[in-house]
Amino acid sequence: MIDNIYDIAVIGAGPGGLSAAAHAAELGVSHVLLESSPKIANTIQKYQKGKHVMAEPGILPLRSPIEFDAGKREAILEGWEQGIAHHNTNVRYSAEVSKIGGEKGAFTIGLVNGESVTAKHLILGIGMQGNPRQLGVAGDQASFVQYQLDDPGEYKDEVIVVVGAGDAAIENALALAPNNKVYIVNRKDEFARAKEGNLNLIMAAIESGEVECFFGTTPARIDSPTDDQHKGVFVLNTSTGEATVSVHRIIGRLGAIAPRGLVESFGIEFPNDDPNAIPALSSQYESNVPGMYVIGALGGYPLIKQAMNQGYEVVEYVLGNKVKPADHNLIAAKFLPLPFDLEVDQVLEMMQQRIPVFEHVNALQFRELMLDSDVHVVKKGRVIFSKHDYDNSFYTIFEGNVEIEVSEDIRIRSGVGNFFGEMSLISGRRRSATVIAGDECIVIETPRRTMNKLIASVDAVKRVLDQTFIVRTIQQKFAPETPIEDLMSIAEKTQINQYAPGEVIFSQGDVGDSLHFIRNGSVTVSGDLDGKEVVMSYVPANQTVGEMALLGNTTRGATVKATVKTETLSLDVESFQMLLARAPGLKERMQQVAETRSRQNIDSQFYAEEEGDLLSFLMGQGLGEATDVLLIDEGLCVACDFCEQACAATHDGTSRLNRKAGPTFAHIHVPTSCRHCEDPSCMKDCPPDAIQRGGAGGEVFIGDNCIGCGNCEQNCPYDVIQMSYETEAPSSYWKWMLFGFGEKPGKASSAGVVGENAIKKAVKCDMCMDQSGGPACVRACPTGAAARMSPEDFVDLVSVMH
Amino acid sequence: MHTSFLAHAKGRYFWLAALLMVGSIVIYAMDNPTEAPNGGTWLGYALGTIGALLIVWLAYLGRRKRNFTHGWGTVKGWVSAHVYLGSSLLVVATLHTGFQFDWNVHTFTFVLMCLVIFSGLFGVFAYRTYPSARNDLKKNQTLDDIFLKVEKIDSELARLTADSSSDTKMVVSSAIERTVIGGGYRDQLFGRDHSSVVVDGNVVSNKGQQQALEFLVEKLSRTEGKENQSVGEVVRTFNTRKQLLDIIREDIRMQSTAQVWLLFHIPVTFALIAALIAHIFSVFVYR
Repeated sequence: MIDNIYDIAVIGAGPGGLSAAAHAAELGVSHVLLESSPKIANTIQKYQKGKHVMAEPGILPLRSPIEFDAGKREAILEGWEQGIAHHNTNVRYSAEVSKIGGEKGAFTIGLVNGESVTAKHLILGIGMQGNPRQLGVAGDQASFVQYQLDDPGEYKDEVIVVVGAGDAAIENALALAPNNKVYIVNRKDEFARAKEGNLNLIMAAIESGEVECFFGTTPARIDSPTDDQHKGVFVLNTSTGEATVSVHRIIGRLGAIAPRGLVESFGIEFPNDDPNAIPALSSQYESNVPGMYVIGALGGYPLIKQAMNQGYEVVEYVLGNKVKPADHNLIAAKFLPLPFDLEVDQVLEMMQQRIPVFEHVNALQFRELMLDSDVHVVKKGRVIFSKHDYDNSFYTIFEGNVEIEVSEDIRIRSGVGNFFGEMSLISGRRRSATVIAGDECIVIETPRRTMNKLIASVDAVKRVLDQTFIVRTIQQKFAPETPIEDLMSIAEKTQINQYAPGEVIFSQGDVGDSLHFIRNGSVTVSGDLDGKEVVMSYVPANQTVGEMALLGNTTRGATVKATVKTETLSLDVESFQMLLARAPGLKERMQQVAETRSRQNIDSQFYAEEEGDLLSFLMGQGLGEATDVLLIDEGLCVACDFCEQACAATHDGTSRLNRKAGPTFAHIHVPTSCRHCEDPSCMKDCPPDAIQRGGAGGEVFIGDNCIGCGNCEQNCPYDVIQMSYETEAPSSYWKWMLFGFGEKPGKASSAGVVGENAIKKAVKCDMCMDQSGGPACVRACPTGAAARMSPEDFVDLVSVMH
Repeated sequence: MHTSFLAHAKGRYFWLAALLMVGSIVIYAMDNPTEAPNGGTWLGYALGTIGALLIVWLAYLGRRKRNFTHGWGTVKGWVSAHVYLGSSLLVVATLHTGFQFDWNVHTFTFVLMCLVIFSGLFGVFAYRTYPSARNDLKKNQTLDDIFLKVEKIDSELARLTADSSSDTKMVVSSAIERTVIGGGYRDQLFGRDHSSVVVDGNVVSNKGQQQALEFLVEKLSRTEGKENQSVGEVVRTFNTRKQLLDIIREDIRMQSTAQVWLLFHIPVTFALIAALIAHIFSVFVYR
């Protein structure tokens, strides 16, 4: 079947694709919008009913022929439907693209249904969400086969088979089991991929008969029902032959197919194998294939408004028009304090030229980075940040210089093109030095999250940062008086090592051939005590382990294991000798540290086993990455719950602490409450960057600009974040005491939700940063059971208890 | 690091209270009033004022501990001060009386105060010993955890007895259904067990699951082969259940004991304050 040659074909009817197609329509350009599903905006269709969608970034103006404003999912979808109809946009639904051939001017787009479409230019707006993997057997298109479970309570007294062995499959099976007869089909003989909690629950459910599991089984086909009670017969290939189950419903939870393979088959290249990598694009969104453009999440812009703006802009670029990007005015405003008068594009180019770490970043990515960054013109002598500060943004020097105060008497000057502040970026810990502005100092401040995104997608940036980090670390930690040039050869031989949680870095008795500087993460040091491995101490990032062997002992005196994902820099014997030669006083300093450590170990040896067990337990709870955690001594706790009530009372009625939940070992109870991790998992994917670390206590807190997306709740491995409507703090104490009015102190007022369009926002412990006096939980505990501490204090827990 | 309310600030309030007590005793011993020592001498008035102020301040703990947003200091510090200074009140108030006791509102006030203090001392004992004891009893689990375990065992027992003889089934299922945990105040405080079981068509007491267990043990000795094995498993599982229930009952007993003194301590405090007002009023109006 021959179609016309369209000027523009847009693939994917998400916000980006809709905007591009509608704009082409309003300009009268011949176009087609191909959408694989039967409706527009597949990902947003899948949002739960009534979900409130935000229009971030708030400051960015919208440039699109179709509307978009923050509101309920249904309203937004309706607005888009109306918008594309109004512009007579040419949309083809159920038109999944399977391959693309040809070249600019004549791309042939092959569809799954066998048809083909030809276009001169291609715009890809297919997003990154992926499609759920289907069962892939005969009969799997039946209406009772689904790949999602919105509300397990909806189904009762049904026979349901869940296919899959991951967390989603397990959670669905367990949720359905109380009211239905549930089977779970696992291709393998165990649930290897599941979270430990889920694994325990499903095995218990299988053991008690609540859920029946087919191990080593795959689906064969789905047949018509043999009676009128059920919807169909699910035929399975088990290890002992075929088995059949008459079912009402089949739920497939087999993961999603990310579109990367498909995108690569179109000819688009990705810079590396990182699953988060985005393809290289020009400033006009063009990929390495001429005439093929990428917009939206696939190009690294996951927010709706950005995608819509890009849809508008890309059509303009295709037509050869030069439009100023939507962010132009915003960036121009950032450049106002600069002492020279140049065009935005010129300044951006100058920045990239002058600053090597940004040299290899493409222009689009650099604009994106600049949108998140700030430019500061700093007066000479002003402190940019101080040692032990808790902020963690990254600075590059655009003009002038700065002075880095490494120690009291040592200041290092750093000039144009250099960067500073990267130590906290990488290790997540406090600032390791004070930085003061020098002459004519202009710096660019980029937030940590933005830099991390850049590091993940641009290899060159990672390399430059790593190399500088290594040589600076060596200088700072070992040889502060030695000039950097003398350390370069040692730096070149330094290795970067990655360790998974629990992985052994070296074992007791091994040959001691290297020392490790912990770049990020943390480790435990354990020794053999009468045949049992006992944890003796905990070492956080920015410290060294393994140097004792290089100082003289030759074999390792202890085993060192990573507690959380850890990165180290290691120096071998030869490099270490070179270092000792170039760094006066280093050997003596290290010997002193070794002596102190030995003394500590001797002192605590008596309690070593108990202490070690407790330490192992605490590390097992992930407290190795905590910076401040609430621990409850069950020998003092009278279960009065004042800690929870205080938390609620100081936080508008919603407690962020769940005292009862959580495990206990040797009298120490770890309640469910935020631990303010060093490298917070919650921070990793916050679209409005609402989660920050700051203040005097280094607490991790969620700001007011939370949009309620729930990413942090999902990413937190300790379940300390909950989504909650705003509540009102309880009313006056005396009114309650004397007249019985209102709720008792510490209980949320039943006034409940504030406002009609209220959304659930993420809440978690913020260490009472807005309260004078510090954490309310500790202050409210009458017996002293509640105490907050950081992992360095754990070793004292047992000895003090005696 | 956890420091208990007794060791708070290196026992600062202990020393303060000790100072107060020793000071009062010394001054009382040195004092030589013209009349016999009583609440009306200058020392009597002084001690009386201190005592009254202490009582009001001690009662204020009830307000302070619920002041989550802007209280002064920490609640632990207040409790530490409360406990030590409250104890010292015993000495201060007794010296204030000059040991003049009679059947009147003054001695009545004094007696009420003693009741409050003694119940408070029991509270200190309870708060310092019960948490540890309960945690050890439950082996680092929560009461909810243990209830869950019992629930699981109950399903397990249902499964195990599915093919048993009808009398065994009856005993096990009725023992489970008729298990009583907790109850009113006295039931909890004395660890009473009103569980019952149906044996041979009769409802009998199953205190501590004993009756049911005995029936099962007897059954065990009268069966053989496969049936013996299955009854054996039932016995073992049932015994585990019994032990868990014993733990639950003991935990509830300790929990209620650790709470009941407060149910006495607070109302008597209010009675004390009322009596105190009457005592002070009568002293000045009918002097």
